[in-house]
Amino acid sequence: MNSIILIAGARLQAVLLLVFSAYMLLRGHNAPGGGFIGGLIAATGFVVYAIACGTADARKALRFDPGSIAGAGLGIALLAGVMAAFWGDALFTGQWLFIGETEDSKGIPLSTVLVFDIGVYLVVLGAILSIAFSLEEAV
Amino acid sequence: MSWYLTLPLVIPFVASIIAYLLRSSPLGAWVSIIGSGLGLIASIALMVVVLDAGVIAGQMGNWPAPFGITLVADLLSAVMVLITAITGFAVAIYALGDITERQAKLGYHALFQILLAGVTGAFLTGDLFNLYVWFEVMLIASFGLLILNGGKEQIDGGVKYVALNLISTILFLTGIGLLYGMTGTLNFADLALKVEEVENQGLLTVVAMMFMVAFGVKAAVFPLFFWLPAAYHTPSFAVSAVFAGLLTKVGVYALIRMFTMVFDHDIGFTHTVLLWVACFTMVIGVLGAAAQSDFRKILSFHIISQIGYMILGLALMTPLALVGAVFYLVHHIIVKANLFLIAGIAKRLTGGTEVYQIGGLYKSAPFLAILFLIPAFSLAGFPPLSGFWAKYIIVKATLDLEMWFVAFIALAVGLMTIYSMTKIWAEAFWKPHPEGIEPELKTLPNKAAQLIPVAGLAVLTIIIGLNPEPFVVFAERTTAQLLDPSPYIAAVLGETP
Repeated sequence: MNSIILIAGARLQAVLLLVFSAYMLLRGHNAPGGGFIGGLIAATGFVVYAIACGTADARKALRFDPGSIAGAGLGIALLAGVMAAFWGDALFTGQWLFIGETEDSKGIPLSTVLVFDIGVYLVVLGAILSIAFSLEEAV
Repeated sequence: MSWYLTLPLVIPFVASIIAYLLRSSPLGAWVSIIGSGLGLIASIALMVVVLDAGVIAGQMGNWPAPFGITLVADLLSAVMVLITAITGFAVAIYALGDITERQAKLGYHALFQILLAGVTGAFLTGDLFNLYVWFEVMLIASFGLLILNGGKEQIDGGVKYVALNLISTILFLTGIGLLYGMTGTLNFADLALKVEEVENQGLLTVVAMMFMVAFGVKAAVFPLFFWLPAAYHTPSFAVSAVFAGLLTKVGVYALIRMFTMVFDHDIGFTHTVLLWVACFTMVIGVLGAAAQSDFRKILSFHIISQIGYMILGLALMTPLALVGAVFYLVHHIIVKANLFLIAGIAKRLTGGTEVYQIGGLYKSAPFLAILFLIPAFSLAGFPPLSGFWAKYIIVKATLDLEMWFVAFIALAVGLMTIYSMTKIWAEAFWKPHPEGIEPELKTLPNKAAQLIPVAGLAVLTIIIGLNPEPFVVFAERTTAQLLDPSPYIAAVLGETP
């Protein structure tokens, strides 16, 4: 499809969707959001871009093969689970680090749960995109 | 302690991820082999710990049972995990000579490892919903393996396979929902305690039947088996070997687990149904095998008939019969996977699997003929191979109960099994090749990779056959745990139930 308006709009929209997906990923633990939704939103960004500018451009923008992104995501998610071994806990026990913790505030909470969510984000992004790109290319 | 339980699961996942990232390079196959090798070591470690402790349990994420995800290994789980790892390792090596570069590029090795993880997970989980999740992992991986780089035939087999398995999944989920509604728990150990308190025991039997049908489809028992012969002869030989060895046994394992631990409230009804199912499965399976002429189709029908023996062991529910069922499970996985691997070698040597169109293997490849005879005779129940002891124990159990007719069926089916094995032997091995080809092992590409796993599994069959004593003692200990689940419950829920 060769529409200047669509291409210009899609570029803007793809960027916004990607930023929004990162926001959804990070707020996920205690509020609606998380890796799965974040990954879906990020995939939407790339799909919009692929429809407007073609899958070849979208693949280039993604830089990595979507299948490999999904594989790496699975690896990161698994790593988050295995990390519990360093504390001697069972697989997938969440480990928390509170930076700047005070009496009445938890500070900035960092956790292996977030690492797991990042993994899920990548799995969803990679899986959806490999399906969507294949379908788009088959048409 | 829980890491002994976790490692046999984590290793295949790690191997799968690395193999997927390396899928375009020949290293992928080696990642799969090394992963399976490490998995085998982890399973042996698990076996050693379980032999010592009886039952071990671990709560993933440190959420206590019955709320969190429980992994638990008693002797039955541990031996199934070990045998899965052995088969996985053998097939991973065999894949070097069987899987094409194109299939490897599409992610064969990654899917294979995920399948192993799914099977292992199903054996280790201590929770019904988690069992469902592992079934799904297995289903997705196996569907991928079935249709990988396949043509019409593969897709046709794959669709039948998935459609029937989805029906089983829906029944399984419905059963889970109803059971949860009645008891408020899905943890095996907790269920074993809570089902006794359910007021409406009749409804419990209904749910038990739903599980029986759901697992029955997975185990390919009569009359739910037809997906198996439709699908198992289509994919590559490494894939069909691991399917034949492991997938149906997960269904049998689930039946044994549920119908000894949870649904033992109305044995008079449920186990009588199982008894009929077992007899029909044995007979129909072996008749089906007699009617076939394709190497792998004959073997596929044999799987069904042999599943009947295992279900028979469960149906009789005496200690001796359960010993037979456990022994049969272990023996059958090794033998059946091996026969499918041999079918692959036979095809590469002679150019086909239709037994009437090939031949001459005995004359030109006598070593392969011997390797075929060992598992084939074992499957048919020739002494002193492993299958003889498995059949002997089961038949002895029926005779002890004075069920003459059932014993007669079990023995007659054994005879019929020999008949169709003889067909393969006479056609594919004895008679000369109709096109005058003299298939020699020398011409086989990657010969060592194909012959070593086959020979290794054959040696295992002989070891079990010549020295059955420790295996029977082990099966007796396993059965004692199945019939008295209190150590299992204590290990999962803590000392105070």
